[in-house]
Amino acid sequence: MSDRIVFDDVSKFYGEVLGVNRISLSIPPGVTTLVGPNGSGKTTLMNLMTGLVQPSSGRISVLGLTPGDAAEFFTAVGYCTQFDSFPRGITGWEFVLDSLLLHGIEEAMAVDLAIESIERVKLGEAARRKIAGYSKGMRQKIRLAQAIAHHPRVLVLDEPLNGLDPMARAESMALFEELGRQGMHVVISSHILDEVDRISDRVVLITGGYLVAEGDIHQVRKEVHDKPMQVLVRCDQPQVLAARMFAIDHCVEARLHGDGRGVFLRTRDIDLFYSMLNGIAAEGLVKIEAVAPADDDANAIYQYLIGTEGSAS
Amino acid sequence: MIGERLVHMRQKLAQQPWGLWWIQMLRMTRIELRRNLFSWRASWIYFLAFVPTLILFIHLLADTHPSFMLSDDTNVLAGIVQFYYLRLGIFFGCLGIFSRLIRGEMIERSLHYYLLSPVRREVLLLAKFAAGSISAVLLFGSAMVAGFVLLYSGFGAAGRDYVFDGPGLSQLQAYLGIVVLGCLGYGAVFLLLSMIFKNPTPAALLVLGWEAINPVLPSLLQRISVASYLRHLMPVQVNGQGIFALLTVPTEPVSAWAAVIGLLVLIGAVLFYSCYLMRTLEIRYTTE
Repeated sequence: MSDRIVFDDVSKFYGEVLGVNRISLSIPPGVTTLVGPNGSGKTTLMNLMTGLVQPSSGRISVLGLTPGDAAEFFTAVGYCTQFDSFPRGITGWEFVLDSLLLHGIEEAMAVDLAIESIERVKLGEAARRKIAGYSKGMRQKIRLAQAIAHHPRVLVLDEPLNGLDPMARAESMALFEELGRQGMHVVISSHILDEVDRISDRVVLITGGYLVAEGDIHQVRKEVHDKPMQVLVRCDQPQVLAARMFAIDHCVEARLHGDGRGVFLRTRDIDLFYSMLNGIAAEGLVKIEAVAPADDDANAIYQYLIGTEGSAS
Repeated sequence: MIGERLVHMRQKLAQQPWGLWWIQMLRMTRIELRRNLFSWRASWIYFLAFVPTLILFIHLLADTHPSFMLSDDTNVLAGIVQFYYLRLGIFFGCLGIFSRLIRGEMIERSLHYYLLSPVRREVLLLAKFAAGSISAVLLFGSAMVAGFVLLYSGFGAAGRDYVFDGPGLSQLQAYLGIVVLGCLGYGAVFLLLSMIFKNPTPAALLVLGWEAINPVLPSLLQRISVASYLRHLMPVQVNGQGIFALLTVPTEPVSAWAAVIGLLVLIGAVLFYSCYLMRTLEIRYTTE
């Protein structure tokens, strides 16, 4: 059985409106973030992946399975959609338990799994109340509990951090990270790029229904050749370092850090840059404490490739 | 060649997870019944079902019941089934119950939870149909039984004789059969219409018109009607007056079994097409 989520030349049109166009992707296990502006096709990709919409052309398989075989497919896949609605009149507990019962498992096991997933999202006793009385954050949590309750191998999350307070957001992020580490596929679309960036192994950038870039975040950043990479070097003499580096052709910008204990350097050739930096360190002129890329996060890549200010949505 | 295909098909059918589908169907039906059977939103359907019962109750309290009126009241009950339940009560009740099952969930944006469950879509649709049918049959069946009891209890010993020693019980059996088949037939039709149309009410009104003129249509077209099959199962024939005469035009005689089988075939065909639509259904709530 394949361990990948595969889109093979997939297009989706809603009448004459383009959803996504000729997307080819092969997503390995780990945390993958879909990044793109409103209407870029992120939700369409997720809906295609889970069979809520059918592709106009192309083929999709998730771990070698297709939604046509619902029993096997939805045992392997959990999808937390962004639709903030529920069947009327039910409690959070019933919502999770009912969906587990449809797996055909024994009722006692369904009860155990429901308890476990509700504890995992830290909803506690509120699960016994009607969902109609929940806050937005609680509704988000119960949807997440329902999506993870059956221990899927693929978890698809459409804007899972919406409506969560900072504490709940941090807990959710830790949960996603843990699930990714366990070898699960976690596919997230989120506009809170700074947060998902910390746990993402890969990014998929889409805009206007087209795939712009995909892969490991740092690799994608390296491939954006027309935007010099920015590196923050923490050292004891940032002015000296800035002067030395700025004398080199490929270094196009040097800016002192606000605290005076570092310098932001922009370079067109990152490999040569690191080589020069090693040379300077070896000379002993400057004592280098730390070196870190300053713009190879999802937010920066998003802005370079999709070209709008601010975060994606 | 055909034999090989049949063997292959039989093997394929035997490999299907029938046990799992059965469990899923039972659980899905149970969930649907719990969520939808006792709901304030359905109060207008309770009203539709129990209006004749209420009238018969008032009749029991307010009127005298000499035994010579028993045959008149028997005709009144037959009229209630033929003109009220089949043409209005069950018709609109099933419209309310069955159009909610798929379209209602789309309007409320909760259908995707079912489509994301590990339940084959055909099983999902049939479970919803079963839940809708059980709701409708329970509601209209109990209203029918209550009306029957109220009607004949006023006649005392004469009523008891009619029911237990006369044709009463077999008539009740026939009425209940008509209610069950009516709920299944109209249920299947309205489930399908709700999957085709965003607002199934105009189409339902066309069906109402079709059912009304059906007796005067050619015999082939009469077969595409729920009421035309049920008419042949009525234990007591009532001739309508005025506009109601259109609903009781004598049609080609059909045996009871042929009527039941014909209606079941019609229901099967409608459900088969509904399953096909369910298989290709997409969640696009923005267009709702």
